[in-house]
Amino acid sequence: MLNAHDTTVSSALENIRSVFQSMGVALEAAPAKLDAYFTQFKFVKFALIVAILIALCAALLGVTLVLKRYSMIGDGLSHVAFGAMTVAMIFSLTPVYISMPVTVLTAVLLLRGGKRKLGGDSAIAMLSVSSLALGYLLLNLFSGSSSNLSGDVCSILFGSTSILTLRESDVILCATLAAVVIFVYIFFHNQIFAVTFDEDFAKATGTKVTAYHLLIAVITAVVIVISMNLVGALLISALIVFPALCAMRLFRSFRGVIISAAIISVFCAVFGILLAIIFSTPVGSTIVAADLLAFVICIIIDAIKRGTKR
Amino acid sequence: MELLRFEDVAVGYEGKPVAEHLSFAVHAGDYLCIVGENGAGKSTLMKTLLSLQTPLSGKITYAGALKKNEIGYLPQQTEIQRDFPATVREVVLSGCLNRSGLRPFYSGAQKQTAKKWMERLDITKLQSKSYRALSGGQQQRVLLARALCATKSVIVLDEPVAGLDPLVTADLYALIGRLNKEDGITIIMVSHDLSAALTYADHILQVSRGSNFFGTTEDYRASELGKLFIGKAGDSDA
Repeated sequence: MLNAHDTTVSSALENIRSVFQSMGVALEAAPAKLDAYFTQFKFVKFALIVAILIALCAALLGVTLVLKRYSMIGDGLSHVAFGAMTVAMIFSLTPVYISMPVTVLTAVLLLRGGKRKLGGDSAIAMLSVSSLALGYLLLNLFSGSSSNLSGDVCSILFGSTSILTLRESDVILCATLAAVVIFVYIFFHNQIFAVTFDEDFAKATGTKVTAYHLLIAVITAVVIVISMNLVGALLISALIVFPALCAMRLFRSFRGVIISAAIISVFCAVFGILLAIIFSTPVGSTIVAADLLAFVICIIIDAIKRGTKR
Repeated sequence: MELLRFEDVAVGYEGKPVAEHLSFAVHAGDYLCIVGENGAGKSTLMKTLLSLQTPLSGKITYAGALKKNEIGYLPQQTEIQRDFPATVREVVLSGCLNRSGLRPFYSGAQKQTAKKWMERLDITKLQSKSYRALSGGQQQRVLLARALCATKSVIVLDEPVAGLDPLVTADLYALIGRLNKEDGITIIMVSHDLSAALTYADHILQVSRGSNFFGTTEDYRASELGKLFIGKAGDSDA
């Protein structure tokens, strides 16, 4: 028994050692590999552009959602988008044409009225697990012939395993929508601040609160649907929540938080993609890991700042 | 000059009236306190006055100079604001939003307005501080400055001294009094604090089930309803 246990441990250690060894090899080969990727495949450049735009959108929106205590709505919506995507796959339609309207509609329903809390905690939990379960169920029932079912599901949930699987049409659509979202956000940032900070005041002094809630809902849905290509349905929340949380640790003005969240988010996305290429890891989870790392660093910086103040 | 008038208005939620037969008028320069027991409908009345909800019946008129959405509002603080990253300047400026239409940035005139009120309320040196790091009294001044940015003439205050210590409370009342006397700002305040209402306000509106009172503070002291309510408040203070 003891011996068997020892062998398991030592083989596990051996495994870890070999992972690190191959990481070392990958790191040595990194410059050549990056060079090869960027010169040979134009989609790598596209993917990087898309990632930057998506990261920017997610960060901008994330600040609003986190401050309004709507983080879970983003998570719920991404599951709904998954459900919608599986339906599109069954009928062999372009996924976005189904998932976009469905997600937008759900977002509008959830965020409607803002305060009235139709989207209460349990409602969101219910909605998200149901769409996840039904999506997977439908896919299993109707695409029995598909040989790579679990591969398909996995890439919807966790993002493209390789950024090379992004198609040109995806790239163009993502870039367009992201540009629109960023423009809208910059144009209405004062209104979005007012509506987020104090809904009642904004309404009483004549800001069209309902309209801006609608706008935020639509933007949320759009961002989630376009992010699915990059990081997958399960990991979108990270892209939305982490940059905002990082920035809130470091800055005290709304503008500072927005700008730094955008910078942190873009940096993590680029860093994550490069790492994913070098180590051949899944793009989505690598980006999220980078975001998590950034968050830990921000906590440490915040702690040090507080410490020196005392 | 009359700014707004309520004629036999009933306010409430989902068709159920909370307070009824409300008739009163507010003139420019008035200092009106809305008093009443918990649940009597003070807040509902205030929300109706601010067009946050529609009256169940009756008629509300906003006079020429006063547009519906030009009433400054000092709401009670919300959960969200407690850890909201925003500087004092950003919060105050957001009061100017109702006059900026669809422009993406604040104009020079709006920044000037914000600056003027920050100076008046003595919070200029706090302007780049974080709102969440301020004391309760400072936060109320910031929200008051924001309310003043949103209006030319009238502000509505919802329990402005809730949760403040006595010294800061007296300070804030004095400040609101000066805004009324010196800047000619019309004040409509919802308050639990009857003794402050009697000291500072020149008009009292008491909302209670069955009978309401509206009149000057002297008339209120002399009225049966006023005597009863002042007596009760005195008891609970003791």
